[in-house]
Amino acid sequence: MTTQTRASAVLEIDVNNHAGVMAHVVGLFSRRAYNLEGIACLPVGDGRHSRIWLKVMEDERMPQVLRQVEKLEDVQGVRLHGGDHPVFTGLAAHFRQDG
Amino acid sequence: MTNLAELAQPHAREAAPHTETLSGAEIIVRLLERQGIRTVAGIPGGPILPFYDALSRSTRIHHVLARHEQGAGFMAQGMARVTGQPAVCIASSGPGATNLLTAIADAKLDSIPLVAITGQVPQALIGTDAFQEVDTYGLSLPITKHNFLVSSAAELLEVLPRAFEIAASGRPGPVLVDVPKDVQTERISITDWPAPGTRQAPSPAPQALLQAAADLINGAEKPILYLGGGVVAGGAASLAVQLAEQAELPTVMTLMALGAMPVDHRLSLRMLGMHGARSTNLALDECDLLIAVGARFDDRATGQVAQFCPGARIVHIDIDPAELHKIKTAHVGITGDTAQVLQALLPLVEARQRPAWLARIDQLESEHPFPLPEDSHDPRSHFGLIRTVAACLDDEAIIATDVGQHQMWVAQAYPLRRPRQWLTSGGLGTMGFGLPAAIGAALAEPRRTVVCFTGDGSILMNIQELVTAAQEDANVKIIVMDNASLGLVHQQQTLFYKERVYASRFQAVPDFVQVARGCGIKAVDLDKSANPCADLLQALSSHGPCLIHVSIDLAHKVWPMVPPGAANRDMIG
Repeated sequence: MTTQTRASAVLEIDVNNHAGVMAHVVGLFSRRAYNLEGIACLPVGDGRHSRIWLKVMEDERMPQVLRQVEKLEDVQGVRLHGGDHPVFTGLAAHFRQDG
Repeated sequence: MTNLAELAQPHAREAAPHTETLSGAEIIVRLLERQGIRTVAGIPGGPILPFYDALSRSTRIHHVLARHEQGAGFMAQGMARVTGQPAVCIASSGPGATNLLTAIADAKLDSIPLVAITGQVPQALIGTDAFQEVDTYGLSLPITKHNFLVSSAAELLEVLPRAFEIAASGRPGPVLVDVPKDVQTERISITDWPAPGTRQAPSPAPQALLQAAADLINGAEKPILYLGGGVVAGGAASLAVQLAEQAELPTVMTLMALGAMPVDHRLSLRMLGMHGARSTNLALDECDLLIAVGARFDDRATGQVAQFCPGARIVHIDIDPAELHKIKTAHVGITGDTAQVLQALLPLVEARQRPAWLARIDQLESEHPFPLPEDSHDPRSHFGLIRTVAACLDDEAIIATDVGQHQMWVAQAYPLRRPRQWLTSGGLGTMGFGLPAAIGAALAEPRRTVVCFTGDGSILMNIQELVTAAQEDANVKIIVMDNASLGLVHQQQTLFYKERVYASRFQAVPDFVQVARGCGIKAVDLDKSANPCADLLQALSSHGPCLIHVSIDLAHKVWPMVPPGAANRDMIG
């Protein structure tokens, strides 16, 4: 259940594209019992890099989690956006209950 | 066969390149040789056998056959902790890899540079639940600084130097490289070898932050310098002592930093926290500035965080940006190499004396003297034994411990005086660390005497490595402080579970002297000794492994103590 009072945020993470990267990034959140509300990932350019988009609920742990994400060897950069970023609103059509 | 002259001059090779066809396994061996690795610890098994076959032909690398992979992992840790350089451990797939995990997790929490190489089933079998297949990459993910699953022999040329670079750079840590068997057997042509992976130069701290930190230090009336393991890892111990002396800063050390400043230095307040001296924790309670260097405000150091140094401003210096503001918000947070930052800070810090503050600390020390038990001059008591061992040795000795009451007593009482003298499992608190770590230390620095203080609970968790100590003739002196109990558990049950002592007293205890002799090493039982001091000196001064057994009264507790969850000022005992 999500609380209405907390703001959501969208993270844009540039990573090296290989099989373990999603586990590194996603695992970092789950190990801190930090729930991910949404995940999107596609290769960028020639496919050597990918971009991971994460939707999270912001709380006081967020700055620490961001610093930990930035430390991952395969992460090139992290950008923080507001929860209304269109990357997930654009996907919303694929997530209606009636499919 | 490798041309030795060529190996001695890698640049000559690069000047006149020629092409060789080598297997992945041979490439790993060659890269380890080029990396300067001369000793590795491990255990072979099916999927790592191509590597072992190649290693058998190396004339430069000595392989130490451990008796359990966790032992191999801690031997590598021992090497890394005394040298500061990444050390290597090897295991096969499946149980070999899972057995390594505890030693890797331990290295992660104590920021020890380690490169673990594991065999994996051939790539075609990955994901099929093949014999001895386990997801080593997935298992090691949260306990390594970084990890790799190598998919081709060519990739090894990039991955292995990178593994060493990551292990040694920034905040050091363990890196795991999982190599499927078919990658080890794949043959490729190589003309150019990559440069060995080395520590990347840290970036300098901004001058404005250094000045802000210096201003706080210059303006403080009651400052305390708080040293953590990062001071040892960063080679900054002498600079930290210089800073303390220049600005007359009373100095506390974490468990990991003991020896960074000689613990009997006039400004040393020794260890802080759960089992520090009461006067040390009370001084912290009163300080107006805390200068944390390479320390991470661990809960065993801080006690209840909200009550830790409640009136102090905080300067926090750490190479890991994620440590700043993690537990305590710093007034000045500086990301940087501890040695570099201290070097740059020293000219900005005024030389001064703080007679009033030092007098106040003297007063706290005389009001709250360290609670030494009455029998502390008996070499068969816990403190008496530690002091007698120290009296038999000089500062060249290396002191390792296992985990438990004996560890805290040694931390409180041994006169540690130099960085990298002290090897202990701080963050993970792994029983079983001591013996294999001591063996690794002895392998890396064979001219030193390595003492391993252990308990009857801890030693049993890796006792098989006594055989490895005998095999390597490692100069380790294993001192078993035997109270036939899991002493710290017993202490907690006695104090906090209304004396409901359960599962902490051993119903059956081995004869450790017989066990040691059975493993091929000398042993002496001080319980039966007519002259324990003489026997102890004899055991410590003759070369080679030796086990020294002493019974300890279970009534002895680790005092003083901050009850779990309490503030450091509220110590008991």
